[in-house]
Amino acid sequence: MSDDHRPNPDALLAAIHKEEAAKRRGRLKVFLGMSPGVGKTYAMLEAARRELASGCDVVIGYVETHGRKDTDALAEGLPQVPRRSVDYRGVALTEMDLDGVLARHPQLALVDELAHTNAAGSRHPKRYQDVRELLDAGIDVFTTLNVQHVGSRAEIVREFSGATIQETVPDSVLDDAEIELVDLPPGELIKRLGEGKVYLGDRAQAAANNFFRVGNLNALRELALRLAAEHVGQDLRQFLSARQIAGPWKTGQRLLVAISPSPLSESMARWTRRLADNLQAPWLAVYVDLGHTLSDAEQTRLQSNLAIARELGAEVITTAGQDIVEALLRVARQQNVTQIIVGKPAGQRLLDRLRGGSALGRLIRESGGIDVHCVRAEATEPTRPRRFWQRVPHSSQKQYATAAITIGLTTALNFALGNWAGHDTAYMVSLVYLLALLGLAPFVGRGPMLLAAAASALLWDFFFLPPLYTFYINSVQDGLMFGMFFVVALVLGQLTSRLRAQQVAEREREERATALYLLTRELAEGKDIAELLGVVIRQLGDVFKSDVAVLLPETEGEGELIPYPFGTLDLSEKEASVAGWAFRNAKPAGRTTDTLPSSEALHLPLVTPTGCLGVIALRPRDGRQMSLQQRNLLDSFLRQIALVLDRQQLSEADQQAKLVAESERLGETLLNSVSHELRTPIAIISNASASLNDLPTEAEPALRRTLTKEIHEASLRLNRLVRNLLDITRLESGHVKPKMEWCDVSDLVHVALKASEKELARHNVRTNIADKLPLVKMDFVLMEQALNNLLVNAAAYTPPGTDVEVSARAENGELVLAVVDHGPGIPSDSLPRLFEKFYRVPGSPAGGTGLGLSIVKQFVETQGGKVSARNRSGSGAEITIRLPLGEPPKVETESEPALAGRTE
Amino acid sequence: MIALVIDDEIQLRRLLRLNLEGAGYKVFEAPSGQEGLAEAAQRRPDVVILDLGLPDMEGLTVLKRLREWSRVPVIVLTVRDREADKIAALDLGADDYVTKPFSTGELLARLRAAQRHTQPTAEASVFRSGNLEVDLIKRVVTVKNAEVKLTATEYALLRFFVQHAGKVLTQKHIMREVWGPNYEGQTHYLRVYMSHLREKLEADPAKPELFITEPGIGYRLVVKSDGG
Repeated sequence: MSDDHRPNPDALLAAIHKEEAAKRRGRLKVFLGMSPGVGKTYAMLEAARRELASGCDVVIGYVETHGRKDTDALAEGLPQVPRRSVDYRGVALTEMDLDGVLARHPQLALVDELAHTNAAGSRHPKRYQDVRELLDAGIDVFTTLNVQHVGSRAEIVREFSGATIQETVPDSVLDDAEIELVDLPPGELIKRLGEGKVYLGDRAQAAANNFFRVGNLNALRELALRLAAEHVGQDLRQFLSARQIAGPWKTGQRLLVAISPSPLSESMARWTRRLADNLQAPWLAVYVDLGHTLSDAEQTRLQSNLAIARELGAEVITTAGQDIVEALLRVARQQNVTQIIVGKPAGQRLLDRLRGGSALGRLIRESGGIDVHCVRAEATEPTRPRRFWQRVPHSSQKQYATAAITIGLTTALNFALGNWAGHDTAYMVSLVYLLALLGLAPFVGRGPMLLAAAASALLWDFFFLPPLYTFYINSVQDGLMFGMFFVVALVLGQLTSRLRAQQVAEREREERATALYLLTRELAEGKDIAELLGVVIRQLGDVFKSDVAVLLPETEGEGELIPYPFGTLDLSEKEASVAGWAFRNAKPAGRTTDTLPSSEALHLPLVTPTGCLGVIALRPRDGRQMSLQQRNLLDSFLRQIALVLDRQQLSEADQQAKLVAESERLGETLLNSVSHELRTPIAIISNASASLNDLPTEAEPALRRTLTKEIHEASLRLNRLVRNLLDITRLESGHVKPKMEWCDVSDLVHVALKASEKELARHNVRTNIADKLPLVKMDFVLMEQALNNLLVNAAAYTPPGTDVEVSARAENGELVLAVVDHGPGIPSDSLPRLFEKFYRVPGSPAGGTGLGLSIVKQFVETQGGKVSARNRSGSGAEITIRLPLGEPPKVETESEPALAGRTE
Repeated sequence: MIALVIDDEIQLRRLLRLNLEGAGYKVFEAPSGQEGLAEAAQRRPDVVILDLGLPDMEGLTVLKRLREWSRVPVIVLTVRDREADKIAALDLGADDYVTKPFSTGELLARLRAAQRHTQPTAEASVFRSGNLEVDLIKRVVTVKNAEVKLTATEYALLRFFVQHAGKVLTQKHIMREVWGPNYEGQTHYLRVYMSHLREKLEADPAKPELFITEPGIGYRLVVKSDGG
């Protein structure tokens, strides 16, 4: 199998994705006509009726019949979502009720006139955007469109008819649409026009006679037919490709068009789109940021050019670089571009020649294997070519003042020098001027530099070059000198301003990188979602000088968006609903977007591969529009934030799952260990008490005593177990809060020994408490229980008759309490796990849950102490509790008077 | 002697009735706080045994209501780990507490001690417990008939214990009565003076038998009848 016949896997994948997306999205069917009056609406209604008849749920979203009887008749009987009326400057307009249709959620909605512009204040400026939302919601849409409104054709129409088309629909809307051509021969149309069957509106009537000429109509008809045919071609190719049928494969072409703030870029983008359509090729629109500062007007135009390119289906890339040719070729090579489209320059410039040929020439020379199209770009609006001085970056008035002052001071200095040096100072003075220009160059732009150069040349000529006080130059040398002033000044100005531009661009890049770095670092430090959101709000607020709100969906219930309470932007109900739209559709909304642009804030969704996490709303504090760089930076910020939030949410969910697993594991161990421990004493009690019950009243007092003793012991054991379980539960749930008081250690030891008297009855207990032990700060109750547990353990795990020692002493600022037994000791591999919950030394006698020592450890640790265990060199184990010794408060001592006989 | 048992557990009530009747009490029962208060008003018991965990109202509330009109000795029944409840009950005027599970002997001893305090103590100018003898009028303290010298504070502390012999005294209560209200939190004074008292009055200070520590609550002076 040759390579030529193998379907490109990427293309296949794209085709499959497309099919999958289409399954979820609604289908769009466009009834395309060459002009008004061909019967598009009629054809659409007819088709809709057929759908209705076959059981489809059809609804009219918006249909304009213009009172035509036959059309009206068709529309009648079709269910309709009532239109929304909008009050626009006192005029009541009706628009499609988008939310109404979405809520009604029919299978098929009819929406007339795709190119319509919505009344101000609607959610989207354009109707095709409404239609997109319907499609996204999975609703099929029938719509109508005239060919002159198709974005890539609008200009051709303007060229042959002279009519400017205001309302256009981007080609990308039609990409996935099915197109049904509604055709009518021009002659018949003109006839219908004559009969008044075509509604054109009042204002259009005058222009109509001009527009509906046979020539125009033929051209429009051809356009419409060709558009439909191209579309069929596309569909066919896609079909063939998806089914791996050998056929006309994609050419493997990739196009690149350079976009700039120039008004010509728009038409270049359209031209490229048409070419890309014909070649079945993807295309890129590239903007190279040369580091110039753009005026607000340029900024806006650039944004709109890029937006148009995006609408037309381009992948938009912005890159930074000093040299446009280099940058374009870099992107082209990275993206495997095969053809580059650039505009044809209006004329060659002197400067280009000096730089080694025009940009176009260099592009052609350096492009290697890439084809270069040089396109005559049609202006969509009349523009004046910008003069040289207009291209000089704007310098502030302050810079001009700086230049003027510098030259003034230099002139004064030169006068002083002239007076001091006497005669023939012209050349020395000229050097001083040059020095001043050199000094000035780094601080001002080209304009002020030019001014300074001109001023110094003229001042020098007038004041210092003989004949003095005239502009007369009487030697070639002086003339050359005069000329050199300009050349030096210009070169300096050029060099320094480029340097400055580079610096500015560099600084901006650095600022962007730093901001992103700071954000990333701070986000990395956040421990929970709340902390992360705090960072997000502060950083976004600082970097973009905006008020910020973060909205996340509630974790339970309807998933409604809840603003994070510490945001700096308070959202009105309306703004919150914009945020809701942005969240549901995972698309930006609000200010500067296509959706609800009249909102105060820009609402950006936090999108991750797993879905939309929430929305960030920003309102610039100074109300200015963001520059392209800022917008790009903001996008990077959002990507970063979304990633981190996603990770955090996952890790918190993971943590939760771990916790649940841990508590499940604990529960299981508890059940296994405890059920046995609980059942044993219960079995003993019930068994012994049943035996007692069965005994004849006065029989066998010895047996009775034994039985009651068993019952009593079993109940004590049960009590101990329940106590341990309650303790561990209290510890687990964090309810143990030690009540620290100064306590007497010998009292503690005594109380603990007394409480374990019964268990220790068969051991020899010895106490060794150091004299003069200070009071120690502890929770007496917890310590008593800890010590008690140790004593009970010592009794349980050592043979009767052995010694158990309790000692207390002060050592290295610590109270050391030790319980020493003389049993077999602890197996050395069990030592590290001795204090773990439910851990029991293998082979230890029945009875016990493995909770006792774990409770000891936790009780002691809540009081700031430590527990350790070791085997003594001889035999037996030693468990030691250490508590920090504080400085007990002083207690005044009294003298000891004999009390007897004293009275108060 | 009439005893009133306020407890919602029927098994426990049955057991208490059995033991108390064995000890010569006439026993009335109430399964809830409301009924308990009503019974207390109607039967005029000589002692009340009150469970702190009642279904209808807090045991402490019952105690508070009861104390509004009655000085009847009250022993509260409680579980371990609720030291705060015990202290609160004692501060509200309960005479003593017993921690579940408890033995009958323990309960009866507490009942006797509590009832003793409500008897007029005109003849009790001399207190005896074990080897200790305290003459409150002559202010003479002897152990095994040998006089022991105490400081003023030690004596004040001892006298307070003697006046409430057999009864548990909370730290707060002792501090307030012996040292004054400003000393309530300064329990280290109490520790130091308790060890002084034990030093001077106990046979083996390391194993006190007279001045018993009630962990987390306070102390109790035990009344030992035998002079051994």
